[in-house]
Amino acid sequence: MRVLLYIALGVLYLLHNDLWLWHDGSRVLGLPVGLTYHVLFCLATCLLMALLVKYAWPSELSADSE
Amino acid sequence: MTLLVLAIYLAGVLTVGVLSHRLFRGTGEDYFVATRSIGPFVLLMSLFGTNMTAFSILGASGEAHRVGIGVFSLMASSSALMIPAVFFFVGTRLWATGKRHGFLTQAQFFRERYQSDGLGLLLFVVLVALTIPYLLIGVLGGGLTLTQITGGQVPSWVGGLVISAVVVAYVTYGGLRGTAWVNTLQTLVFMTLGAVTFVFIVGKLGGLGAALDHVTDARPDLMVRGDNISPIKLLSYTLIPLSAGMFPHLFMHWLSARRMETFRLPIVAYPICMIIVWVPSVTLGILGHVDFPDLQGPAASGVLIRMIDLHASDLLAGLLGAGVFAAVMSSLDSQVLAMGTMFTQDIVKHYSFHDKMSDRGQILAGRLFVIGVVLVTYLLSLVANTSIFGLAVWSFTGFAALFPVVVAAVFWKRSTRYGAFAAILTVVALWIWFFVDGWKVPGYSVGGTGVLPVAVIFLASCAVLVVVSLATRPPDEETVGRFFPGAG
Repeated sequence: MRVLLYIALGVLYLLHNDLWLWHDGSRVLGLPVGLTYHVLFCLATCLLMALLVKYAWPSELSADSE
Repeated sequence: MTLLVLAIYLAGVLTVGVLSHRLFRGTGEDYFVATRSIGPFVLLMSLFGTNMTAFSILGASGEAHRVGIGVFSLMASSSALMIPAVFFFVGTRLWATGKRHGFLTQAQFFRERYQSDGLGLLLFVVLVALTIPYLLIGVLGGGLTLTQITGGQVPSWVGGLVISAVVVAYVTYGGLRGTAWVNTLQTLVFMTLGAVTFVFIVGKLGGLGAALDHVTDARPDLMVRGDNISPIKLLSYTLIPLSAGMFPHLFMHWLSARRMETFRLPIVAYPICMIIVWVPSVTLGILGHVDFPDLQGPAASGVLIRMIDLHASDLLAGLLGAGVFAAVMSSLDSQVLAMGTMFTQDIVKHYSFHDKMSDRGQILAGRLFVIGVVLVTYLLSLVANTSIFGLAVWSFTGFAALFPVVVAAVFWKRSTRYGAFAAILTVVALWIWFFVDGWKVPGYSVGGTGVLPVAVIFLASCAVLVVVSLATRPPDEETVGRFFPGAG
């Protein structure tokens, strides 16, 4: 699970470069699509971070620090 | 009215700072890292507030006014990904190591990790040098903002003085706990006021759809990245948020966490906070073209203030001023406390007292250094030119390029002190080279390719760190065992 989430992090990094929307000025959800995409990107990041802290939390560090 | 609102806000800030002192335990560890007792929500607000400056409110809208929606992808969504990832991978590890060994500063950590006094001293000098322009920008920005909001009634030196005095008061009195509590208040203030300003002004413009239609007709280029931002610039800009891994003030806040699980909320909620602050800033900057289509150059930075002047009451102007002050002070306080901690721990305590200094002495030294750092910063702000605002990205470039050093320290057992030394010196040399070449060139990139200097310095730092580490004697097993307890 941990490896899959790290791969997802790498994929998300690549998806940050939304070349396919570079010249698209249409509107989605009331905002220019280039802006909406990155707002949704932030929400996707939030979701991935939630999965990381749930399934890939480095709890061994916590024990080591005691 | 504007000044009254600001005065009430500053009084509230001081009250919170004073209240936090009730929990003060009188120890150095309590003053510098709140006895590692900060909970998840205060940690989130502290980390986020510390990272957001006046630029996030005023600068972002000005930049969006010039280049359009691309500012959000360049500065906000990249940070929303990279900064929580830095918290997750690096912050948690530094917290655990810091708690295990009682570290309070980065220099202490690196000095022990690589068994080198010289490395700690070199890092101290580099970190202080990179933080000074960052501090200066805060004081100068706060002063200029107050001047603009009051229509020139209050000179910028007064605004800078007020900010400096208030920060000194609650940081010296409350230490890190006071700073964290005040940061929580300030972060909530600027997040809320940004949203309120957005809703109010958009309403005055006839709604979001109508206002965007107007701008689209006049400046369609602002609705896309287009030629305003190149793909390679966006890609290399994603390295800038890695600076969070080496900021002394973030390191200090990380160490203040009560438990490692305290990091969970900041890691998950940071991207949401970015949306709350940056979407209004960027959108309002673009909508500024409805009323102010001809703003050019530095004048564009004041677009938000002009919109408030035109559409809102003195009350809202005062509230926005409070929001900007909140953003400025929530960064400045942590930075000066971090500097005071570094001078006390890394220089006075380590070199004058051989790491044996009373709690009382440490707190006194910490407070005196905070006062000294703020005083020097304020005096510099009186003579500094506003062109220093361009230094922000250079400061971030330096911190980001040092990121491989901290990654190696927490993940790579085979990394050596010589590797770390070589990487830091490489960063210093290349940073100076690029700075001399490009600091006066707006939108500077390496050879005009669009690649930012941070990408080149970062890669060089990585390469040098790996090559020199592998070419030198591995660290002794005892040191590796201390920093990697689970290592076989």
